[in-house]
Amino acid sequence: MTTVFGVPIQALFSQLLVGLINGSFYALLSLGLAIIFGLLNIINFCHGALYMLGALVAWLLLRFFDLGYWPALLIAPLVVGLFGMLIERTMLKRLQGLDPLFGLLLTFGLALVIQGVARNYFGVSGEPYDVPEQLTGGRNLGFMFLPNYRAWVVLVSVVLCGLTWFVAERTRMGAYLRAATENPVLVQAFGINVPRLITITYGLGVALAALAGVMAAPIYRVNPLMGADLIIVVFAVVVIGGMGSILGSIVTGFALGVIEGLTKVFYPEASNTVVFVIMAIVLLVKPAGLFGRTA
Amino acid sequence: MRLASRLFAFALTCLMPSAAMAQGGKVVKIGVLNDMSGLYADLGGPGSVVAAKMAAEEFGNKVAGMPIEIVSADHQNKPDIGSGIATKWIDVDGVDAILDVPNSGVALAMAKIASDKNKVFIDSGAATSDLTGKACTPNTVHWTYDTWSLANGTGKYVVKAGGDTWFFLVADYAFGKALERDTKTVVEANGGKVLGSVSHPLNASDFSSFLLQAQASKAKIIGLANAGGDTINSIKAASEFGIVQGGQKMAGLLVFISDIHALGLKAANGLQLTSAFYWDTNDATRAWSKKFAARHNGRMPTMVQAGVYAGVLHYLKAVQALKSDEDGKAVVAKMKSLPTDDPAFGKGTIRADGRKIHPMYLFEVKKPNESKGAWDYYKLIREIPAAEAFRPLDQGACPLVAAAAKK
Repeated sequence: MTTVFGVPIQALFSQLLVGLINGSFYALLSLGLAIIFGLLNIINFCHGALYMLGALVAWLLLRFFDLGYWPALLIAPLVVGLFGMLIERTMLKRLQGLDPLFGLLLTFGLALVIQGVARNYFGVSGEPYDVPEQLTGGRNLGFMFLPNYRAWVVLVSVVLCGLTWFVAERTRMGAYLRAATENPVLVQAFGINVPRLITITYGLGVALAALAGVMAAPIYRVNPLMGADLIIVVFAVVVIGGMGSILGSIVTGFALGVIEGLTKVFYPEASNTVVFVIMAIVLLVKPAGLFGRTA
Repeated sequence: MRLASRLFAFALTCLMPSAAMAQGGKVVKIGVLNDMSGLYADLGGPGSVVAAKMAAEEFGNKVAGMPIEIVSADHQNKPDIGSGIATKWIDVDGVDAILDVPNSGVALAMAKIASDKNKVFIDSGAATSDLTGKACTPNTVHWTYDTWSLANGTGKYVVKAGGDTWFFLVADYAFGKALERDTKTVVEANGGKVLGSVSHPLNASDFSSFLLQAQASKAKIIGLANAGGDTINSIKAASEFGIVQGGQKMAGLLVFISDIHALGLKAANGLQLTSAFYWDTNDATRAWSKKFAARHNGRMPTMVQAGVYAGVLHYLKAVQALKSDEDGKAVVAKMKSLPTDDPAFGKGTIRADGRKIHPMYLFEVKKPNESKGAWDYYKLIREIPAAEAFRPLDQGACPLVAAAAKK
């Protein structure tokens, strides 16, 4: 059998694929963070908690309204997105123009509150959520067994990332938004309702997190701490990709998933730290991140 | 004004010593110290406090004329925080006994403090068998289970049933390594072979990579030397990647009923595990567990919570017999001389090294269609009799045992 550094090439392929799957969660979450930071200048620390809320809403829908995975995929992001808009309207809005640090403190506090409330009602072990029937099972790729559901996650994530990038960079709405961050007063003078634009964008970023949460529910568990575990890695992804760069966060998200996957083969003990080592190196060499523009 | 405040200060200094004295002797204070909010909160946590209160209530919240008080705190799985709380509890608040304390690291620190200050330490949540081995003290009782009994239960039976090649998934810290070591010894002693292992970071989110490595090893049994959320995620990923359907079996070395509840039977069925307690074992366990669940959001007790209940109950019996809670060593000695009897574990004893002795049970998780409803999760495969369930007294290297033999 062909081997690379003592690891069979087939095993390597399967680890690459697994890394890609994890990378798609990193990409989806860091994408929302990048939009919110890039366009609104808010460091959204409650992103992980909102991701968890997405999964939790899906579970509640199933438990109390008998609505399965597919409706949840639509309803949960909608509900959580609206909740996000409420946060923006009632709280974040008042911090506009201040140092981003204030937004960070507020959202960090919110994250603790949301997680604490969820933990109080649901415990820490979490609740099970089944893979939808249409996506159970899997196929044998020769070198590994690929569960259908994981393939679906990669597919959705790639499509969503592409779509978001297109909206932000290639459409009129995206252009308004980018202009509004550069100079809100001037854009408002052209007759565009900037505060509303900002609320909607925040809502969209949050809805993306909730969607990622619904997709994660069948893979992990619906667990109040699921977001807290992930958010730190995702922040590292955003920093490596360049704060606020949409393309950067997508590419870095997938790439880091793969690198992490490879670490699990060659030196598994380091798999939780490798992302931060890379972050440190990138910050030393290119402080604005791989895709960041220096301010 | 100045005179008034001076008088006040004088009055305070006069009052204080008597207040402290009242705290020391006239109240039996029991502290439940565990992980209240982190990854081990569901297996002990607030449920352990409920269990301790239930035991106190059976005594009418009074023992030998002294009122019983239960306090609790969160050690956050950090030995330094746990030690700080325990020291304050004992020195300032007058706590007489410390209960539960999951997380082997914190538990070992607690054994030392309880022994230095001559208080009582009854552990239910921690796994390390060192508590009744080389780290044993005359103030420690280890109630529910330990790494040796888990390895012996699951390891031995699985090898005997034909699972003779193993691959381990190990949580990369003291507990995981100890569990791997103990199980490896049992597997090899029974004619099995360990093909390899992979260490994963504590609280890892995705286990598919590690499981693919286990799959590639072609071992018949994948042994999970981890706990809580890590075990849950390993089992879930294994079911998703078709590892069980591929003919390999999972063996959970430390699995709690709260983990099975979180996994759901669809993902967990077929898993074999060793436990000291299951709510649906006999009439006594059922009756007690239902009372517990009614007070704890409908959740059935884990073996750790049952151990806290039984531990408090037996502690109070010893205090009643001595009519005092002052001397920790004397209370523990009394606990060892009195036979134990409680609805959760039945009749049992406490050995010279502090090990509580009772049967252990090997269970298999039911298939969804075998379960009659919520919390109906286990079927009994084998009862491991009390005499075989724990490490023989002379193999633990506990200094107390040698001292007792000399007498």
